[in-house]
Amino acid sequence: MAEIINEVKFSDAGMAEIQRYISHYPEGRQKSAILPIMHVAQAEFGGWLSPQVMDKIAEILNIQPIEVYEVATFYTMFNLKPVGKHVLEVCRTGPCCLRGADQMIDMIKQKLNIEEGETTADGMFTLKPVECLASCGTGPMLQVRETYYENLDTEEKLDQFLETLRNTEVETPYHQK
Amino acid sequence: MGIKILTEHINVPGIETLEVYRKHGGYRSVEKALKTMTPDEVVEEVKTSGLRGRGGAGFPTGMKWSFLAKPEGVPRYLVCNADESEPGTFKDRVFMQKNPHALIEGMITSSYALGANTSYIYIRGELMFVLRILEKAIAEAYAAGLLGKNIMGSGYDLDLHVAPGGGAYICGEETALLESLEGKRGNPRNKPPFPAVKGLFASPTVVNNVESIASVPWIVNNGGAEYAKIGVGRSTGTKLISASGNINNPGVYEIELGVPVEEFIYSDEYCGGILKGKQLKAVVPGGSSVPILPANLILKTAAGEDRLMTYESLSDGGFVSGSMLGSGAFIVFDEDQCIVRNTWNYARFYHHESCGQCSPCREGTGWMEKVLHRIEHGHGHQQDIDLLVSVAKQIEGNTICPLGDAAAWPVASAVRHFRDEFEWHIKHPQEATLPGAVYRGQLETITA
Amino acid sequence: MAKITFDGIEVEVADGTTILQAARKIGGSVVPPAMCYYTPLKGSGGKCRVCLVKVTQGSAKDPRPMPKLVASCITPVQDGMVVENTTNEDVLNARKGIVEMLLINHPLDCPICDQAGECNLQDLSYEHGVSATRYEEERRTFNKVDLGPYIQLHMTRCILCYRCVYTADQIAGNRVHGVLGRGDAAEIGTYIENIVDQEMSGNVIDVCPVGALTDKTWRFKNRVWFTKPMDAHRDCPTCSGKVTLWNRGDQVLRVTARKDEYSEVEEFICNTCRFEKKEMSDWTIEGPRHINRASVISANHYELPVVNVPIVPNLPASTKKNLPQH
Repeated sequence: MAEIINEVKFSDAGMAEIQRYISHYPEGRQKSAILPIMHVAQAEFGGWLSPQVMDKIAEILNIQPIEVYEVATFYTMFNLKPVGKHVLEVCRTGPCCLRGADQMIDMIKQKLNIEEGETTADGMFTLKPVECLASCGTGPMLQVRETYYENLDTEEKLDQFLETLRNTEVETPYHQK
Repeated sequence: MGIKILTEHINVPGIETLEVYRKHGGYRSVEKALKTMTPDEVVEEVKTSGLRGRGGAGFPTGMKWSFLAKPEGVPRYLVCNADESEPGTFKDRVFMQKNPHALIEGMITSSYALGANTSYIYIRGELMFVLRILEKAIAEAYAAGLLGKNIMGSGYDLDLHVAPGGGAYICGEETALLESLEGKRGNPRNKPPFPAVKGLFASPTVVNNVESIASVPWIVNNGGAEYAKIGVGRSTGTKLISASGNINNPGVYEIELGVPVEEFIYSDEYCGGILKGKQLKAVVPGGSSVPILPANLILKTAAGEDRLMTYESLSDGGFVSGSMLGSGAFIVFDEDQCIVRNTWNYARFYHHESCGQCSPCREGTGWMEKVLHRIEHGHGHQQDIDLLVSVAKQIEGNTICPLGDAAAWPVASAVRHFRDEFEWHIKHPQEATLPGAVYRGQLETITA
Repeated sequence: MAKITFDGIEVEVADGTTILQAARKIGGSVVPPAMCYYTPLKGSGGKCRVCLVKVTQGSAKDPRPMPKLVASCITPVQDGMVVENTTNEDVLNARKGIVEMLLINHPLDCPICDQAGECNLQDLSYEHGVSATRYEEERRTFNKVDLGPYIQLHMTRCILCYRCVYTADQIAGNRVHGVLGRGDAAEIGTYIENIVDQEMSGNVIDVCPVGALTDKTWRFKNRVWFTKPMDAHRDCPTCSGKVTLWNRGDQVLRVTARKDEYSEVEEFICNTCRFEKKEMSDWTIEGPRHINRASVISANHYELPVVNVPIVPNLPASTKKNLPQH
């Protein structure tokens, strides 16, 4: 077990980001930084949090691993199983449905030949329905990492979007600054 | 065109930069407050303004501020609630994305009023891209001496940080937000103690919505009395409305409180009427948790008066024939929309978002969703309708936090106003489950 | 001090006392039930909602009623407060509704549950529930999990009171189990396979109000109402060594902490006392344990039912109670 934990290593930029978040909180309250750290970890380690990664976070924050598991399983943005290269977080909530979200989700399922929660065989896409993303005026819409793709109300727009995404490389956002 | 307090410069190119923002009068309130006013004077102006919490509850902001405990030697915190997650609501996201400095200015002025030296903006985790916009703007503000030590030479210090959530609607509830900000599961706290006494890190804390905080600079610059002149009665000032659903012009509108609902729906200045010239069926006027109203009751009160976009007018008639202004999320349904399907969708949302801490909400939200799923998919029984009402009632008012109420109201109101549609689904499961099937009986009674 | 009126009965308690504790001072049938609150555990309470009461007068100073029902276990009293519990129909209806909620995902198979006879949920349902269920959907189920050699977790029976989590945090230390997931998908667990083996960890069994956490050294060995509870003690280097033994004849089937009429332990005990001391010779017997709660355990009292103190001297304190007259 110990060897595996040692293998989890954040990039220098990632570690700097983690330290920056920890510095935002008073002495002894470093646990407060757990959510931003999980976002960094998810960006660095393939879009999901393995138990080893979570144990590493516990080590950084000097808390019990169970405290990390409890938090990670509460918040739906954290994936606890491996995911595809691009996770399509599709809004399925009422206002988007008034503008055709159900139909868009069906189209995605058909085109990618996957069900909700599944990943395409080539590991390119995971379909993850999510609740309201605060983009109700521009539905149907979805999120991939830190970008919103809005008004995906026709098959052509959806095709074009998927094609663009196929050719998009994944970057960790804080590396771009 | 009414007065624009929050959005006057929102579409100015480059307004997200400090330079352009200041060119348009930005950060004047910081200078005025820190150099010429005492914190208590700022609080008084906000009290005078009649500003009410824009997150949904509508509690007077100045009064909330005056409850803040001020024990010696204990830090106080201002926390901005940017966890905008109520379905239908997107005003704060658009506002922060376009005009981050306006929120930061509000945070500085408000923190000064409350005597907070460290403040946080808690933003929902899905909005990491907005977090980066805010962090960039905050860095600019630090560099310009608007944040940090001795702001503008006033002797006042403030550190401002942005903290992301991780995907949990419940963190919009202020004590769940504080738990989350402390790095815990977003379980709402039992009250008392209230955050004003024991909030973030067990210190006195005020939690305010983005729009509330962003309204403070105008109030400081122009005076609370000026603000109170805008609007109608106890609904003072302007309000950002997130308009969505089957309308021609969805988007965020800043209105003076008091605009007639009919004008808001049909005027080209706002929603621009129903998409494709269809008929209006219903509206959820304040975010998914507030009661849905059929067309006749959203346009006119039960007494036959024009319904206005104010806290009071939208709630006229109580829950029998009224609703709430809530977060100002105005969701419009045309004649082709199925109320049962929508109610199931909302119930699924609240089931998904219940924290699971207290039993009525944890168990009741799932129960309602399952029953509604059955009705929507053609497996309902007549007694299910009363069962839904009864389960909603068992949740309402009996939970730790308002999520229980938020889950109960949409179900109870949908049954109240569209009972025949539920009955039709149950009596005619085959027709009702055809793709695009909609019950139109109710429409006949509401065409004006 | 604060004087309050609870179901028409006046009681005076220290400032800061909760409504529930004030009601317990009165005692008897007016006391609200409590499924999640546990006096020895800091931060417990407020979750299950079965202790909701109506405050019809907030205090002498501010006589306005509280708008909603309040959780009596966490709401402090105010001088002059007037509270209604068994005398208020809204309270009883709300409680009935909450009991129904607690039961919709709970298996209704008490006859095969090890906790039967000493289960707080069973008692609660008997007093406040209804005989039929309106729930026709599928119930939530989980597989049984061993948390190490002594404790079994059957999440299907859990009502998410969080008591075992507080116990691990406050009594046992080095917590490895917690609440995972959210909403009605929340569960008690260790996430990765992990063993709960701290010296005080067995206390999670005693605080569990239902049959979710059970003692593997006792599970299905007997029915609790066939056993004879006896207070006993031993010199223990870790805990007070004050326990209740649950015997069949001379055989010690189970060791637990001593619990009061609200199922709250008097003193937490260590795993050695609980799991490893199963011989009569390990213990000094003090006398029979009077189980003073609505439970089948107390149905078969073997201690003297009616006591004439002047004739029978030197009786253990537990027999000197005023037994209800039927």
